[in-house]
Order: sequence, then structure tokens, then C-alpha cells
Amino acid sequence: MLPFVRVGPLLVQLPGLALLAGVWIGTNFVEKEAIRLRLNATAILNLIVYGLIGGLVGARLLYALEHINAYSTAPLSLFALSTNALDASGGLLVGSAAALLYGRAKALPLRETLDALAPGLAVFMIASGVANFLSGHGYGSPLQAPWAIYLWGEYRHPTQIYETLLAVGVLFAWRFMPSASAGAGSRFWQVIGLSAAARLFTEAFHADSVITPGGLRLAQVVALLLLAAALYMGRRWAAAGAHAPETSAKRRRRAPALRGAGVGDARRKRLTPRATRRGE
Amino acid sequence: MIVVLILAAAWTLFSRLGEASSLPSAVPPNPRTGFSAPDFTLETLEGDKLTLSELRGHPVLLNLWASWCLPCRVEMPAIERVYERHRGDGLVVVGMNVTSQDSEAAARAFAQEFGLTFPIVLDRDGGASARYEVMGLPSTYFIDRGGTIRNVIIGGPMSEAVMLSNVEELLQEP
Repeated sequence: MLPFVRVGPLLVQLPGLALLAGVWIGTNFVEKEAIRLRLNATAILNLIVYGLIGGLVGARLLYALEHINAYSTAPLSLFALSTNALDASGGLLVGSAAALLYGRAKALPLRETLDALAPGLAVFMIASGVANFLSGHGYGSPLQAPWAIYLWGEYRHPTQIYETLLAVGVLFAWRFMPSASAGAGSRFWQVIGLSAAARLFTEAFHADSVITPGGLRLAQVVALLLLAAALYMGRRWAAAGAHAPETSAKRRRRAPALRGAGVGDARRKRLTPRATRRGE
Repeated sequence: MIVVLILAAAWTLFSRLGEASSLPSAVPPNPRTGFSAPDFTLETLEGDKLTLSELRGHPVLLNLWASWCLPCRVEMPAIERVYERHRGDGLVVVGMNVTSQDSEAAARAFAQEFGLTFPIVLDRDGGASARYEVMGLPSTYFIDRGGTIRNVIIGGPMSEAVMLSNVEELLQEP
């Protein structure tokens, strides 16, 4: 565990750095996958940026709404550079909405875009495990075994290491998943489903779980619902087959996105809609 | 698909806990969220003794600081305002000067400069701050009425709204 490093007068938060590294490396994976899928990589990278900015704004706004008394007393605190005043659900909601709106404005195809984002998600899950290991968050229950780690006064399950290793496994599974036969979007749901299953498994060893009234671990309940959704949607989208044929109207709507700036002429040539190249 | 979901649901049920309170209650004192706040008895600037565990029943904002620490200087007026706003509701603020890395005279001058009205304790030998495994200043601990740490903020300056939101959550609890 190494949550902070002092660099001169600055206290550098290593878990935050690990998450930033995860975003950066994940974005590189997304860019490569977008190019491989012949999508507008620039637009997809912009979508990530809008999603992150929207996520930060949403997380802060929802936190402020939840503590409206505090923020009405000190409204300038809304702009404070603090990671302690964020609500994750608000971030997820507004960030997803911002990304969705941007994607629609740029006429990015939903399923293919989700496929391109999938490896970024898998990389971010690895970074999240490393960040938890550095901060000591998400600690495990007591354990007497050779692989236990000494943390917070006891030998415990190394839950952060379990999570990191399983996330690496998810990334490998994504890398070696057959993509040619899968329907567009189904690889995204595979990553979601595997990540949910991993969390559902490791949460059982946590000592810091949020517990529902029935004694269930909240993270497991959420993971179970996500797993069910991923299985259902993955099958449904896979059954639709690879890249459903587009109507001419849809092709016209997508055309501006495929003429994206910054991709270069040679690459732009490859960005011609697949349906058009098929002569449909 | 059904088999996977049945297995997942079975694992969820198998790993459920009987009661919500069964998780953190048995943990030893530790300076982090969900654990009991490490106890200390230290002398205040006025020469009185202050023991953290004797403050049970009150929400406590424990702030570790030093006079040379710039973020500590920036956030201290807001801590004083939060204290003045909620002292009548039962909030206790304790400022722990890490005197082993500072000086008593500098701590006294700091308290006078900012007009601090809450108790300032002096950690002369660094023992208390060592129990809190202080990695940087300021470090702030929000402790509930039962003596459990509910939030830890390392570094600063904290915004006033973050202080208020944490304090008000603690005050709302029975």
C-alpha cells in the first residue's frame, strides 16, 4: 500500500495517478480498436473526453444536490479541486448521457462504438484494481493462508490483487474473443458480463461491502443484474449477426461522422461505410 | 445462460452476511474509514488534558496540522466557521498540532492568528500522529458518535462544503 508520495511541497496521490494511467492506456486501446473497426477514431476519442467531463460535472452536481445546505453556504466549493466531493452514480449518469448525445450528434453507430470502447473499459478495471491496492480501499476479510496480505492490522484476502488479476483475464479474454462471427456490440457485452462476474466473485471476500437489509452485498446484487443484462443483450445482438445492413437513409446520416477530421486521407478512404463497400 | 445466472445467484446467496453490523464492528483501531479511531490523550494549548475516547457521543472533526503547512493555513478559517456554525449541535472539533515537526510557540501564534476557539492539542513526541499513520498534512478525520472513522481526507485544503457535508451527515445520525 502506497497511497501518497511527497514530491517537494506536493502530496502526489498514487491511486489517482493509477486511474489516470488507466484512462490513458485504455484510450490507446480504444483508438486502435476504433481504427480496426473502421470507425472515426477522432470522434470516439472526443466521445471519451466528453463522457469524462460530463461524468465529473455530474458527479459534483449530484454530490452538491445531496448536500444542498453545505453548498448553499459555500457555493464556490462547487469548483473546488477535490475528489472527495463526487457522487459516482451522478457521474455515471451524466457522463453516459454526454457521451450518448455526442455520439448521436456525430452519428456514431452505437454497437460498433460500444465494441471499440470495450477494451478501454477492461483496461480501466485493471487500473481500478491497482488503485485500490495502492490506497488500501476495497480490503478483504481476515484470512490465514500463505497468500494473505497484512493490511489494516490483520492478514486479509488480497481482494485488490484478485480484482486486478481477473481484470487482466477479462482483457485477455477480450483480446482472444472471436470477433469475426460476433454481432456488432456483442464483444462489449462480453466484457461487461465478464467484469460483472469477476466482481460478483471477488466481492464475497471483501470486508468493506455495503450490505442490503437482507444481508446481501450490494455490489454483488448490482453485478448480478449487470451479468443478466450482459447475457441477454449479448445473445440478442450476437443473433443479429455481424453489422446489420443499413438503409440508404442511415448511410447518409453516418456520412459526416465518417468524414471525420484528423484521420487522414488514407485512413478516410478505409472509413467508407462497410455497407457501401458491400454494394448494398 | 440460465445456468450461469443460477450459479451467480447461488454464489451471491452463499456469500451473504447475516447482519449489516457484522462487518466492521470487530476491527481494531485503525486510522481509516470504517475502523475505530485510534485513541490518544494529549495536552491542550491551555494545559488541560484531552482524551479522544471521552468525546464519544459527539461527532468529532479531527484535523492534524502544522503551522508551516500552507494548505493547513488555507483551510483553518473554514474549519473555525464550521465549528462555530455547529458547536451548538454537539460538534466537537479537535486540532492536533504535530508539534514534533513544529514548535509550541508557532502553534500558539497560529491559533491566535486565526482566532481558533476549538481545542488545540499538542503532539509533542509525535506518538499520536504516528498512530494515525500521517503521510501528509493536513489530514482530517470525521468520527461518528460511536468513535468510528467515517471519512478521511488526506491533503488539502478542504473546501468548506466538503467539511459541512461530512459534519452534517454525522450530526443527522442518532
